Amino acid sequence: MAADKVDPIHQFNIVKLIPINIGGYDLSFTNSALFMVATVAVASAFLYLTTSSRSLVPTRLQSISEMAYEFVGNMLRDAAGTQGMKFFPFVFSLFMFVLVANLLGLFPYFFTVTSHIIVTFGLAALVIGTVIVYGFMKHGIGFLKLFVPHGVPVYLLPLVVLIEVISFVSRPVSLSVRLFANMLAGHITLKVFSGFVVSLSALGTLGIAGSVLPLAMAVALTALELLVAFLQAYVFAVLTCMYLNDALHPGH
Amino acid sequence: MFVTSAFAQESAPAVEGGHTGTEGDTHSETGVPAEGHGVFPPFDPATFPSQILWLAITFGLFYLFLKKVVMPRVGGIIDVRNDRITQDLDHAARLKGEADAAVAAYEQELAEAKTKANAIGQQASDAAKAEAETARKKVEAALDQKLGEAEARISSIKATAMKEVGTIAEDTASAIVEALVGGKASKAEIAAAVKSVAR
Repeated sequence: MAADKVDPIHQFNIVKLIPINIGGYDLSFTNSALFMVATVAVASAFLYLTTSSRSLVPTRLQSISEMAYEFVGNMLRDAAGTQGMKFFPFVFSLFMFVLVANLLGLFPYFFTVTSHIIVTFGLAALVIGTVIVYGFMKHGIGFLKLFVPHGVPVYLLPLVVLIEVISFVSRPVSLSVRLFANMLAGHITLKVFSGFVVSLSALGTLGIAGSVLPLAMAVALTALELLVAFLQAYVFAVLTCMYLNDALHPGH
Repeated sequence: MFVTSAFAQESAPAVEGGHTGTEGDTHSETGVPAEGHGVFPPFDPATFPSQILWLAITFGLFYLFLKKVVMPRVGGIIDVRNDRITQDLDHAARLKGEADAAVAAYEQELAEAKTKANAIGQQASDAAKAEAETARKKVEAALDQKLGEAEARISSIKATAMKEVGTIAEDTASAIVEALVGGKASKAEIAAAVKSVAR
């Protein structure tokens, strides 16, 4: 496995841990599934254990859980109003899932769940699906007003409606690709620079001296990736809130 | 970078997910995956059903756990804390009100006490003045009485003396008359004469 260190794509490989095949579909328990379980386990355990004392004056870890809770709560309230609070568990789970998956992915040898387009697309489709289903349930056909903004001249309306529809349809794509591409690119870059360190140090004394530069770069990139991990989870949650706002208030 | 590609080539056959042996050559220089050349793992549709299934299972359980257990608990903690803070603020406000009332009552009592003390002082001074006045009047009355008595005595003494003066004058006149005239004048005549002279 040591030789694989320098292949930046190897970290994204899916490895079957428990092969399962049902009805011709490959539903194996893979390393990706393992890290989804790990993500859920770590996030649940953290939230559950840090709040188990229910202290009036929170400990540091408890205040982290409370901060995350209030952070997402305020985000949702600001974007979608108090009516939007019925989606609080959904947005909070999304935020925590993406955040913990991103952060776990930063550990060496760990698999990054969110670096697979199908995972981020699954989450984005869940968001858009919720928006569409809830929008039609609440407003019926009136939900389509989402595509017809107020105060647009009639002769421009077909064009505007077309643009609105395209922008709505591209939402799940942009939502998923943004997260996926950020995680993928970040991890490839990290791997490439770490690979430079390994290859250069194999070249002798001069190489070892030269490998300081990519090492420093890898350290800096790790810090940047930590920021990106938070930022992308935040962006995903914020956009979810805004899309949910459309489901609640289609006329804008 | 030839070291990198050599390592990658060695490892490539061990890689699962449809990698070909030439993959290492393709992205050793740039580090960027070449799409369409072999299957880039995140775009390998063969893994999609499994990932979707496990995502649905794990995320679904996570959602339920957060919704049923974690969020009511965290929300409860925050609500309890907010209630407690509001309660404590109310308590503090009430205590402050009580303290203010106590200060006001104290000041009122102080003012009352001052007024009372002034009144008592005034009363005492008035009483003392009145007493002094009474005493003074008593003394003056006694003095007046004594003065009156003394004047009465003086005037009685004077009257007695004056009366005696008349008697002496009569006696003297009768003596003179006796000596000069040789006869005796009646007492009444002499008295009338003395009286007219004394006038």
